[in-house]
Formats: sequence, structure tokens, C-alpha cells
Amino acid sequence: MALHFELVTPARLVRSEDVHMVVVPGSEGEFGVLEGHAPFMSTIRDGAVQVWKTEGGQPEEIQVRGGFAEVGENGLTVLAEHVEG
Amino acid sequence: MASLKELKGRINSVKSTQKITKAKQMVAAAKLRKAQAAAEAARPYAERLAGVMASLAGKVAGQDNAPLLLRGTGGDKRHLLVVVNTDKGLCGGLNSNLVRAASAKARELVAAGKEVEFYLVGRKGRAPLKRNFPTLIGQHFDTSTVRNIGFAEADAIAAELLEMFEAGKFDVAHLVSPVFVSALAQDPTIVQLIPVPAPAASADAGGAVVEYEPGEEEILEELLPRYVKTQLFGALLEREASEQGASMTAMDNATRNAGDLINKLTIQYNRSRQAAITTELVEIIAGAEAL
Repeated sequence: MALHFELVTPARLVRSEDVHMVVVPGSEGEFGVLEGHAPFMSTIRDGAVQVWKTEGGQPEEIQVRGGFAEVGENGLTVLAEHVEG
Repeated sequence: MASLKELKGRINSVKSTQKITKAKQMVAAAKLRKAQAAAEAARPYAERLAGVMASLAGKVAGQDNAPLLLRGTGGDKRHLLVVVNTDKGLCGGLNSNLVRAASAKARELVAAGKEVEFYLVGRKGRAPLKRNFPTLIGQHFDTSTVRNIGFAEADAIAAELLEMFEAGKFDVAHLVSPVFVSALAQDPTIVQLIPVPAPAASADAGGAVVEYEPGEEEILEELLPRYVKTQLFGALLEREASEQGASMTAMDNATRNAGDLINKLTIQYNRSRQAAITTELVEIIAGAEAL
């Protein structure tokens, strides 16, 4: 039970891994994505993407700017214009 | 026949030229690897974006309220040619090929009764295009001061283009840029940039209903400028790789040419030296016999 998470910027593929849950700062509010989420697409606002590697663990925060998120059959893809660090 | 001293001078000058071309070749080879890696790293983003675009645009295309960037202004009169050239020379026929492709397209459009304007990126296309079309040169985006071309430049170019589009300065924009095939081949290609060509509506895989937030049109509205930007970014990266590839090949040829020339000159030099020695000997022998 894992969610495939990809974080892509124009310059490179930042992340591509299986995680437990990701919380994305959507432009109309944050939303969490778990495995088996319904197909969904949203623009995102500048903020932190929180990645839970395991259930109950500490989230890892990645600052992103501009872009959008897509949830499809093969997991969550965040296309961000810029990623801090 | 050139004197010995002249020949020696020429050999030395060809040798120093060879040093330059050899150095440039090695620099280009090292940079090519980097540029290729950058171009490859940018591919996932472009692919994903194109995928999302296709699924979204397929739904919205054809509707009256589709965003302007997808629908176009409705006119087909004024064309903008965005020509991406390099900033530096010493890269063989790359720039002249680009200029030729752009000129051919421009002539074709003019012949069809359209108005054409150029938007130039990079320094090397400027002079020849200005010679061909003195009145059609519009704006120019300078990338020669930037060391590592990146998304920021693509962003700036896209912003300027979109501003011009919104101000109604043109109806259709084409992008003329090199596509890196290999170090030996870089093809100039022309793609339509604005309005964004509607991708073939993909057959809805799985038939899953996708939820959109805020809405399909809002997302598309934000997606389209991003798509244009990504296209420009891709063109800039391809340009970098093409420049280094073409440069490497051209400099390799030049180095080999210089080597051949040096060999030829050296043979000529040795022959004349030998001839001079022979003449001297003959003179001495003739002198001795006369006594």
C-alpha cells in the first residue's frame, strides 16, 4: 500500500518514489493524497508539499512554486515550476 | 616559390590556428555532455505536461469559451517567427541552416499574402536575417550575457511573447529552432507555438472521470502559458546541445584540415631547403673544377 509520487520541474525529475501520503497545497485548499485516490487535477499555490514516507512518521516538507498536481492511475504527479533546495 | 622564411612563418601560423581549433573542439565536447544531460533532464516535465494538456484540451477544444491561447485570435493574417539562434559562432552551418529555414518560411508566408515579423533569440541570426528582410525584424532577445541558459530566460521570452499576443500584435507564432539529433546532425524545425495546436484528443483511457479544481478552463488557462514556456525552454536547451555538437564537429574538421595543411607545407619547406643545398653544392663543385 503505497502511493507513487513524482515531483518534476522543468530542469529535472526531483522525486520519484513510493510514499504513504502526500499533502499538496492546492489553490483551493490543501488536499492529502493516499493510494487509490480518485482521478483529480488541481493547480497549486506556492507552499510546502508534505511527504509522509510512512504512516505516523514525520512529514518531509518540500517548498514548491507554481504548477499543478495530477492524480491518475499511476499515482500523484506534481509539476512545479520551481523547487527550493 | 615562397622563400624558406615565408614558408616557416606560414607553418607556424597554421600550427597556432590548429591549437585554437583543437582547444575549442575539446571544450565543445565537454560542454556537449552537460548540455545533453540538461536536455534529457527536461524531458519528463515536457512529457507530463503534454500528456495533461492533451487530456484537458481534448475536452475544452472546439468550445467557444476556450482560452484565447488555444482558440487563437480567429485571424490568420499576421505571423510572428520566433527564431532561436546561437550567440557564438564557430559551429559550422548550424546558424546558416536556421536562417535558411526561417527565410524560406517567411517567403512562403509573404507569398501567401501574410504579414511576417521576426522575433530573434540569440545573436547570430540577426545580421543575415536583417539582410534578407530589412523591414521585418521586430524585437530581439539577448541571451549572450547569460552563462547558463535556464528556465528564467524561457520565462522571460514567453512573458514577452504572451504580452505581444494579448496586445494583438500577431495572430500566429511559429518557433524556428534546431533539434539536436546527434553531434553530426542538427535539424532546424518549425513548430507552431501560438495558438497552441490542439493535441489529438486522446481516447479517454479507462473512462475515469477526472475532477478538476478550480475548473477545467481555469486550469487550462494556467496550463497554456506554462506549455508555451516549456516549449521555449526545450528549444533553448536543444539550441545549447546543437551548438556544442555542431561546434565539436566543425572544429574536429578544422583541426584535421590544419594537420593536412601543415604536412603539405612541411614537405614543401623540406623540398626547397634541399633544393637550396643542392644548388650550393653544385656551385662549389663547379667552382672547384674551374681552378
